[in-house]
Amino acid sequence: MNKLSPLHDKIYCALSGSAADAQTIAEIVNYQLDVHSTEIGEDPQVRSAATLVRNISYKYKEELSAHLIVAGWDRRDGGQVFATLNGLLTRQPFAIGGSGSSYVYGFVDAEYRRGMSKEECQQFVVNTLSLAMNRDGSSGGVAYIVTIDEQGTEEKVILGNDLPTFVDQ
Amino acid sequence: MSSIGTGYDLSASTFSPDGRVFQVEYAMKAVENSCTDRRDMMLLRIIQEMTSQEVKNTSEGSGGTCLLQRSKVMAVAGLLADARSLSEVAREEASSFRSNYGHDIPLKHLSDRVAMYVHAYTLYSAVRPFGCSFILGSYDKDDGPQLYMVDPSGISHGYWGCAIGKAKQAAKTEIEKLQMRDMTCRELVKEVAKIIYIVHDEVKDKAFELELSWVGEVTNGRHELVPKDVREEAEKYAKDSLEEEDDSDEDNM
Repeated sequence: MNKLSPLHDKIYCALSGSAADAQTIAEIVNYQLDVHSTEIGEDPQVRSAATLVRNISYKYKEELSAHLIVAGWDRRDGGQVFATLNGLLTRQPFAIGGSGSSYVYGFVDAEYRRGMSKEECQQFVVNTLSLAMNRDGSSGGVAYIVTIDEQGTEEKVILGNDLPTFVDQ
Repeated sequence: MSSIGTGYDLSASTFSPDGRVFQVEYAMKAVENSCTDRRDMMLLRIIQEMTSQEVKNTSEGSGGTCLLQRSKVMAVAGLLADARSLSEVAREEASSFRSNYGHDIPLKHLSDRVAMYVHAYTLYSAVRPFGCSFILGSYDKDDGPQLYMVDPSGISHGYWGCAIGKAKQAAKTEIEKLQMRDMTCRELVKEVAKIIYIVHDEVKDKAFELELSWVGEVTNGRHELVPKDVREEAEKYAKDSLEEEDDSDEDNM
């Protein structure tokens, strides 16, 4: 399943938790951002998208069970990543979530560096996913990667056998 | 010259045969002629686009400006009661936008929203249009200085410089003469004060008190009263240049 859902041209979100809840939130925010960008007459800020997601997540936190990571590019602050777990809102250099994330906290904390190039970032992400998919029984399959920058948005799929391998494989 | 719309001016929901809505026009006259109980009100705002960017606001009389958000300010002319109510509306809009979208409302959008609200009151006979115009100004480091004006008919436009209230035509003429791009903040304050003194009519208007405030890079995006020394310098400059003009007129005779 493609867990990367577009909220706007240059803003995507990563879904985790209950698929139904997460997809519904993403669809609602997609609609709200569409209206919002028409009203203000320009592309929305990533912060706006993240706030909209957070407002829903927080208001219905007792009923919903989903965590969306919102990331994208806007003119004002460039590339940004926001976590919205349980209704909080915080900007981070990177974010991980979902069942497989617990296995890779150490990896991402050790391997992340500021100012990585686009290719290095993509490699970092693919490595992280591969390690998580290897360890987590509930994860597997393919890796979807979306790269967003000033020039545009690029979607990529990396099939199972093309993923990087580590020890034990 | 003004015309009387006999019979077609009783409600805002009626057009005259030549396509005018007189109630809205009367509302705009209310802005031009309004007085507070003690003083005349006239507002002037100037925006300067340059490295030292700012928005300036000068007004005669008190209660001329109110703060909507940290870097957004609203200056009003017209019926004060209407203006107060509208400033609450503007604050509400700015606040709920902030709550929903996580960042400060862009001034153009705020201006559009308030203008829509004002316009709604020009559509029905059960309510009267708002009798006030206002100027919205803001400064932030990404968008720079911005200036928007809304009038009782509900239109809003962006401006480099504009004036509302009494003598706004004369003030507008003076503003157009200014070469704003080449001036610094302090110079602009002086020019603006001079304009107020110029358009103030000694005979017809009552004495006035000049209130100057600004928002811009010079204040780090906060709306503040112009500091006392700058203000005094500006008032002195204004008075001096008026005297010079009087003198030169006498010489010509």
